[in-house]
Amino acid sequence: MLNRAGWLSVTLALALGGCGQQSTLDPHSEPARQIATLWWVMLVVSVIVFAGTCYLLVLAWWHPERTGLPLIGDRPRALDATVVAFGIAVPAVSLIALFVYANVSVAQHTEPPAPAETAMTIEVTGSQWWWQVRYPGTTAITANEIHIPVKTRVSIVTQATDVIHSFWVPQLNRKVDSLPGQPNRVEIYADEPGRYRGQCAEFCGIQHAQMGLAVYADTPERFRAWLDNMARPRRAPPTPLARKGEQVFSQQCASCHTIRGTTARGQVGPDLTHLKSRETLGALTIPNRKGYLAGWVLDPQTMKEGTKMPALDLTGPELQALVEYMERLR
Amino acid sequence: MATVAPPPAAQRRLDRLERIWKGPSGLVGWLTTVDHKRIGILYFFTSLTFFALGGLEALLIRTQLMGPNGEIVSPDFFNQLMSMHGITMIFLAVIPMQIGAFGNYLLPLMIGARDMAFPRMNALSYWIFLASGIFIYSSMVGGTAPNAGWFDYVPLASRQYTPGPNIDFYTLGLIFTGIATSATAINFIVTIFKLRAPGMSLNRMPLFCYAILAVSFALVFALPPLTTALTFLELDRALGLHFYDVAFGGDTLLWQHLFWIFGHPEVYVIILPAFGIATAIIPTFSGRKMVAFPLVALAEIAVAFIGFGVWAHHMLAVGLATVTTIYFAAASLIIVIPSAIQLFAWIITIVTGRPRFETPLLWIIGFIVLFVLGGLTGIMFAAIPFDQQLTDTYFVVAHFHYVIFGAAVFPLLGGIYYWFPKVTGRMYSERAGKASFWVTFVGMNLTFFPMHIVGLLGMPRRQYTYQGDLGWNFINLLETLGAYILAIGLLMIVANLVVSYRRGAPAGDDPFGGDTLEWSVSSPPPSYNFPVIPKVSSPYAMWDREDREGDMKRLEQGDVVLEGGHETPSSTLLDADWDEILDMPSQSWAPFLISVTLLGMFTMLLLQHYVVALGFAALTGLVLAAWHCKEPQVA
Repeated sequence: MLNRAGWLSVTLALALGGCGQQSTLDPHSEPARQIATLWWVMLVVSVIVFAGTCYLLVLAWWHPERTGLPLIGDRPRALDATVVAFGIAVPAVSLIALFVYANVSVAQHTEPPAPAETAMTIEVTGSQWWWQVRYPGTTAITANEIHIPVKTRVSIVTQATDVIHSFWVPQLNRKVDSLPGQPNRVEIYADEPGRYRGQCAEFCGIQHAQMGLAVYADTPERFRAWLDNMARPRRAPPTPLARKGEQVFSQQCASCHTIRGTTARGQVGPDLTHLKSRETLGALTIPNRKGYLAGWVLDPQTMKEGTKMPALDLTGPELQALVEYMERLR
Repeated sequence: MATVAPPPAAQRRLDRLERIWKGPSGLVGWLTTVDHKRIGILYFFTSLTFFALGGLEALLIRTQLMGPNGEIVSPDFFNQLMSMHGITMIFLAVIPMQIGAFGNYLLPLMIGARDMAFPRMNALSYWIFLASGIFIYSSMVGGTAPNAGWFDYVPLASRQYTPGPNIDFYTLGLIFTGIATSATAINFIVTIFKLRAPGMSLNRMPLFCYAILAVSFALVFALPPLTTALTFLELDRALGLHFYDVAFGGDTLLWQHLFWIFGHPEVYVIILPAFGIATAIIPTFSGRKMVAFPLVALAEIAVAFIGFGVWAHHMLAVGLATVTTIYFAAASLIIVIPSAIQLFAWIITIVTGRPRFETPLLWIIGFIVLFVLGGLTGIMFAAIPFDQQLTDTYFVVAHFHYVIFGAAVFPLLGGIYYWFPKVTGRMYSERAGKASFWVTFVGMNLTFFPMHIVGLLGMPRRQYTYQGDLGWNFINLLETLGAYILAIGLLMIVANLVVSYRRGAPAGDDPFGGDTLEWSVSSPPPSYNFPVIPKVSSPYAMWDREDREGDMKRLEQGDVVLEGGHETPSSTLLDADWDEILDMPSQSWAPFLISVTLLGMFTMLLLQHYVVALGFAALTGLVLAAWHCKEPQVA
């Protein structure tokens, strides 16, 4: 699923323009590509400036006895003029060029979209330390893993319930902060189907490091199917064990979690109606597999110290039933 | 002057001056001193200690991040470490080292004064700085150090999300240390304006003093917003007010605005004294006067001034209106120009001079290289879309370490070598000095350069750990390796200086052919600094041979020796004409005692024993009253 990252691949991929599922140098949308190009242009100009500076220093180093600058000489007025030229004139011209290029031209692509300008809107709400994802106009609610249709402009409206977070999926666009009580917008778009990793980018407390998110760009048909499923209430538990699991859930978990179609309506943690349709648990902290799930339920603090989820005191049969139930929440 | 035996008449005057100016010796002497040189040395060792603590924190951080899923420290302790590293380096190490140690020790010597304008307030600044540092660090004892980052954003820093005392140490500690900083800044402004040696009109003042002047003004205007922000936060936390609470009509972004109105000028406060050190070292080792002197002086002032108009470039991702972001990006670009002026003035001075690449100049060359790199990445952050992509990643961490470590600490280290002979009277080892430079330079780049790359690869800052499949592992390992090499380089400097202090060759008064007045006095300088108030007719006073020989003659004749008491002359603001002779205060217990009572007051505020805190405030008032009683006449 993920590419392994040895040092060789890092170096190679860097040479080729970036790697990793969270790299700003591996853009998969027009805004992200514009920003990456802006970076490469600024890098080239910076290398020229840096080389020029080093040239002068090396000149002084190798020829400490020389008098005057190359071509310019040593007359005080000429030296003052050189300071004015390279300290004022040249920077002024290049800075104006950079300003127009970056803040007028590139910025047009990264500006927040106006409401209703895009085909679709998704509400992403940051909390310590996970993301709630809603699809307005539908009943679909999920967490941490955002699905979008490929080649479609999607407006993300983000805010926070507690402290400041920052929504950032670098391969698709720049970041924008998620503030309490002040929604911000940013557009995302994906050229091709794939999984694009993101992360909270504003320090938000003890588990800031484990507040990942992922955007899955699907074909329109797959996306439609996914969204339809997401909007439905949970499927009734098919086995007696799973039915017992639902009872355990309603006693132990319902005060914090919602499973649509049951009495569990807690609003503290993520909506778990279709938990099994997600690839990870704990905001990309661990894989969503049976063993991890059981471990997470029994001892979340070891897996993600500080998470708001308390350890559950379950008997063996209760745990077995609960996991059986949750494994079927597709 | 002390190296050549002076004639008997002169010697009698020197003895008399020594009797008047020498304070008590021993521990009491250090606790009650008002001598700017002693206070500078106290500042030096205190800020060096904090620098070492901040460095240890950095090493722990790098060790934790050496590989993915590190388990050297717990997540909460990591957050305390990264917060304390920032707080320590900025508030307790670099700025006090530059202004408190270098500024205090050197500025009166450079302007030909016998002390600071307010010697006791100077001592008060130091003791308050020390007390506030102890106050902040005492939080680590209970494992409750500040943990919301050095800029401490709300609502994370509010009582609701950080219920422990962590943030109270931060708010009260920084208010406490702000008192010291404000007093220092005011002291420097008055000293520079009023105590310059007669003849040192503003256009003849060394560029180092311009830098200190610019920084002092910046601090005077930058600290009130910080103090306001901190007071609001402490009121929110301690008394349940709602300045920053959205639910009650407060505003979370208010904190960010207030903090960065202080925080960005603060960045220039950090680098300007370093620029000043560079402009002191470069002419000496290039054997020529600075190119474009007036432009450089104006650029130093301009940087401090424009620095007040750029704060929101720290907030380009918070969703400000486009017109706002455009304005702040443009202002941030403008500040490049005064920096570029200084940069080219330094380089051209070196290239067109006869540079001697000895240890101090090596550090300045390193500084120029690193400052260009840090400056170039700084310009990139004025490109709004790039900022919004890379802010809060390791790219920013790389950028500001190139600026703070490269452009501020490198000149400091060069300055330590440069003035070591002046302060101790001994020469450092040149070979060991060069070796320490190269190891530090390599370690610095190995630590911080890869951070650009890992930032571009998407690694956010302030993460206590990272997963192993994101392509960041090897780069982080390199950074950690670099951090240890960097630490070795810094230890080599300490070793060099410790050994040289014991065994170094005597340095003489002026081992480098320096251009400013501190080189005209003995090494270490006498307690009264200048036997005779020096004559100044250019910004390179030490290179004006006739003036210095004239001083010697006037000492023999007893002309402007001012041996009648604890005296120093004051001069007019612009032209530095003779104004009047000031009777300077001598040693006192009051500054030390005030810092103790204030420490008690802030501790009680932390513990929310407000009545007891009021008691300590009253005690402080009593000591202040005692301070202002007429002092006994000396000599």
